[in-house]
Amino acid sequence: MDIVSIFPAWVLTHGPALLVVLPLMMAVLTALAPNKNIAGVNIPWVMTGGTVVVCAILAFSVLMQVLSHGPINYAMGGWEPPIGIAYYIDALNAPILLLITLVAVLCTLYALPSVSAEVEPKKRAPFYAAFLVSFAGLLGMVTTGDAFNVFVFLEVSSISTYVLVAMGASRDRRALTAAYNYLIMGSIGATFLVIGIGFLYMQTGTLNMIDIARILQESGPDSRVVKLAFAFIVVGLGLKLAMFPLHTWLPGAYAYAPSFMTAFLAATATKAALYLLLRFTFTIFDPSWGFVGKSLMYLLAGMGILGMMVASLQAIFQNDLRRVLAFSSVAQVGYMLLGIGMATTLGVTAGYLHMINHAIMKGALFLAVGAFWYRFGITQVSDMRGLGKTMPLTMAAFTIAGLSLIGVPGTVGFVSKLALARAAAENGWWWAIGVIVVTSILAIVYIGRLIEQAYFHEPPNQGGGTLAKNEAPLIMLIPLWILAISALVFGINAEWTTSLARTAADVLSGGPIVNMPYIAGGH
Amino acid sequence: MSPHLVLRVVAKMLIPLIALFAFYVQFHGDFGPGGGFQAGVILAAGIILYALVFGIDAAKKAVPPSWIRIGMSFGVLLYGGTGVATWMLGGNFLDYTQFAPESTHAAGQHWGIFAVELGVFCTVTCAMLAIFYAFGSRTPELSDEDW
Repeated sequence: MDIVSIFPAWVLTHGPALLVVLPLMMAVLTALAPNKNIAGVNIPWVMTGGTVVVCAILAFSVLMQVLSHGPINYAMGGWEPPIGIAYYIDALNAPILLLITLVAVLCTLYALPSVSAEVEPKKRAPFYAAFLVSFAGLLGMVTTGDAFNVFVFLEVSSISTYVLVAMGASRDRRALTAAYNYLIMGSIGATFLVIGIGFLYMQTGTLNMIDIARILQESGPDSRVVKLAFAFIVVGLGLKLAMFPLHTWLPGAYAYAPSFMTAFLAATATKAALYLLLRFTFTIFDPSWGFVGKSLMYLLAGMGILGMMVASLQAIFQNDLRRVLAFSSVAQVGYMLLGIGMATTLGVTAGYLHMINHAIMKGALFLAVGAFWYRFGITQVSDMRGLGKTMPLTMAAFTIAGLSLIGVPGTVGFVSKLALARAAAENGWWWAIGVIVVTSILAIVYIGRLIEQAYFHEPPNQGGGTLAKNEAPLIMLIPLWILAISALVFGINAEWTTSLARTAADVLSGGPIVNMPYIAGGH
Repeated sequence: MSPHLVLRVVAKMLIPLIALFAFYVQFHGDFGPGGGFQAGVILAAGIILYALVFGIDAAKKAVPPSWIRIGMSFGVLLYGGTGVATWMLGGNFLDYTQFAPESTHAAGQHWGIFAVELGVFCTVTCAMLAIFYAFGSRTPELSDEDW
């Protein structure tokens, strides 16, 4: 592939580290930037925007490099792994890096009007700084090849996310309790994860993921410490990715965070945690071991199915617009877990594909909801009356993404649900197909309810006449429509996304990675 | 005559010693237990002691809150900047050997750690004070009879 040769050699060598260091350094500079506009320019926003764009280009170069040259292993500080911290990128995490950075670019574009409306001006620079820290944390979580470093970056991204959720307080005071709830649950999750990593360290004496995998392969699965480590890690990550009974922090956090943050969180945070679950269960532990295989089948797939059903039902009975979508997110995580729980190449491909596709459609839905609030202060489902007339473009994008969530043919939701159903059929899990169909019908109910309000009701009366048309500003519409159109494009031609998911699944079906690949920039 | 004479006198004697100990822990961190984090906490503890005894307003006069934000950021920049400097010198991120590649006794590592620990020190001191100021400024002042 020739795309790789466009990038300078230095970027190719040091890209993985720069991807994390750049947003972290820029976050610090953004925190020092003035809150007020200078010469009409919103400086913190410009700095954030520049950073995320550069990161997206870097993530693209990294992905292309991985696809054409194989995995990258970057030795931090020149200390070669397993002694030093290594950044390890292969076909499993490179697409997620691109996903996170692209979503960040779109959300940042959208943030200009949205954040000015929702966050107090004096907190503007710290807000963008916290966003960049959380962004850097997510990228770090995904790039790192060191188990303890995962925990560090998980905390970096989580703690800044708690702050960002709490900043929704100037819009709705309930953001504070939501952030507190998220803080408690998230900290419990992180603690479980670090205990699990501690047990792994106790067993293997190393923290490098590949080295852990190698030693575990040599010693075999019969250690109680390894089993304990696995249990703690799955529960810890389950909390972070909102696996069904551990999802209670999610609806509040999504409902009361600033809209920009909700869209970013929904499209990236749970995905990064899901990636870690894949990384730990498939490439560090071995799915062919009894306890890992059984946990995948009964725990992940089981909780996935339960989550799909219960959360979809809960979504139907919510009155707050963002809570409907938040419960739907929990249900969609269930689809991904179902695919992963099958532990076959087809199943994992479907789960991974749904992860990418869900980021596209949920991102679009939350951006549209943020635009509804921006223009009319809408938070409740019943307030959506007549939005088809008052905000036709925004509502159209919302509808496309909503149809995709249901799984209408021609949208991304259909592609991944079909892939999931195929995988279930191949596995002989016919009941799983039934569940997918039933939950899709539930999705018709909860999305249909919103669309019905918007298109089949007249706009409310206000000051004598009906509410006039008041479309969202262009800078909010562009990212929204980019996501809506990509929901259609990747729904009609899913070749690229499916091939990315397939290469990722191939990495996983290869079992634990025990051979250290070449080291970029090494001596 | 101001109240709590003993506290004030003892605090005045102790605070310089606490600061001195903080710097000892900071700069001796290469050879013994210690380092930027511990030293930062110790120095911040000294300033917090000053705030507890002489009042938070006096402490804010000594260490203004506007410095705190700059100090926190400066520390991170110093740490990250060390990494960027090693990049400029042609090594990996935070590859301290680049500072003195010819050295036989790892002088590059020494300088690298020194700069990084200074960054940690700066950020930890300021973050501790930021937390203290944030909570300390919220509660109403206790009257002298209450404590």
